[in-house]
Amino acid sequence: MTDKIKSVIVDAQGFERTLTRLAHEIIERNRGTKDLALIGMQTRGVFLATRLAKQIEKIEGGDIPLGTLDVTLYRDDFRTRLKQPKVQVTDIPFDIYDINLVLVDDVLYTGRTVRAAMDALMDLNRPHRIQLAVLVDRGHREMPIRPDFVGKNVPTSINEEVRVRMQEIDGEDAVLLVEVSP
Amino acid sequence: MNPFPHKHLLGLEDYTASDITRILDTAESMREVLDRPIRKVPTLRGITVVNLFFESSTRTRISFELAEKRLSADTVNFSSTGSSLSKGESLLDTVQNIEAMKTDVVVMRHRSPGAPHFLSKHISSVIINAGDGAHEHPTQALLDILTLRQKFGDLKGLRVTIVGDIAHSRVALSNIYGLKKMGAHVKLCGPATLIPRAAETLGVDITHSIEEAIADSDVLNVLRLQLERQEAGLFPSLREYQKYFGLTRTRLEKADKPLTILHPGPINRGVEITSDVADSEHALILNQVTNGVAVRMAVLYLLCGAKQES
Repeated sequence: MTDKIKSVIVDAQGFERTLTRLAHEIIERNRGTKDLALIGMQTRGVFLATRLAKQIEKIEGGDIPLGTLDVTLYRDDFRTRLKQPKVQVTDIPFDIYDINLVLVDDVLYTGRTVRAAMDALMDLNRPHRIQLAVLVDRGHREMPIRPDFVGKNVPTSINEEVRVRMQEIDGEDAVLLVEVSP
Repeated sequence: MNPFPHKHLLGLEDYTASDITRILDTAESMREVLDRPIRKVPTLRGITVVNLFFESSTRTRISFELAEKRLSADTVNFSSTGSSLSKGESLLDTVQNIEAMKTDVVVMRHRSPGAPHFLSKHISSVIINAGDGAHEHPTQALLDILTLRQKFGDLKGLRVTIVGDIAHSRVALSNIYGLKKMGAHVKLCGPATLIPRAAETLGVDITHSIEEAIADSDVLNVLRLQLERQEAGLFPSLREYQKYFGLTRTRLEKADKPLTILHPGPINRGVEITSDVADSEHALILNQVTNGVAVRMAVLYLLCGAKQES
């Protein structure tokens, strides 16, 4: 499998600006940070949520509760996938009852991961509200799901892929549009 | 990740260190599910698991059943008492009939070594060995290894001695395979009549002195003396066994550092281990039980996921 990079959608500077805007939008929509918590979805969503929380804390002060969610056990393609996803850690060290959760992921595509995430959260407790923040929305939804906060809308075709790269694990911040040859 | 490379878990003999590591890593994630307010995830919805126990079991059967339920599988329990086995039906007939009712996984304990291997050649379900005679009990060894990994981080170079009735123990053989693959040094300790001669060919050390075992081990995995399997004359009396091989505080205090104690249960208190040792902070016996559920969840998850591609 050879992948060709078609374009750099967001570079390192743009990445940071986008996160700053998302942080402001989250504060605005929730009228501050009362009863607000961020949940990062494994793997890159966790780093995004961590950075967003820092930004929000810088703007508004206070501590934003931060959790990590792995949806592997809630996926709907457990029996059809050829690859077996690794079960990662879920760590939500606070009670989510009646609070405003912002679910954070890197790329929104079919919406199936978000569906799984909502089921996983409902099994933990009953939050007041779940909002969705994504760095990139690439379209092609298969579920009735829409994001509340979007870093960038990127229209894509099916044989393209959006790769989010982050300093924490990839050594750089960038969003790439990649053509995947089967 | 690539699909898990096995269809069944018949024993640890044919599993590699990386297979074992993958099970343990998955089990760590499963443990977190056990600490949630709602201890259930929908992963194995629609998968039916039959627990076939041709021999008595409390811990293993409940542990498997809980693991299955935590993952939302449907479960059916079978025990040999009160079944058509007493009408003379063969093992293969019994299992083929159950499978004809559309089941996916068979968890089996049987008194004959190799019974699950035999079944795996004749039916299409995933088979998990929950103990076959004195042969293997892979999930027990996996939970022992997980418990040790949590305590020591890595098993490389760890000195583990398995104490007691090795000859009648399926826990011992699975532990030997598993521990050696993970890089531990394994020693067996017990009366000569309870250690098979062929044990040396597995690459383990053998000692007949509990004092020596205590002196050069980091961990003692103390087996239950299987009173129900003893043919007459392998050792003179329980009292004598206790005197020469029983694990007591006095014996353990002679070691220069505290030893970690494992026991697969059920404990014969005052025979192979005294109560004060079994209940001490260095005994991880209840951790083993909790880890047992997590390990069985991991095995079910990995085998059921891989099943579809084969």
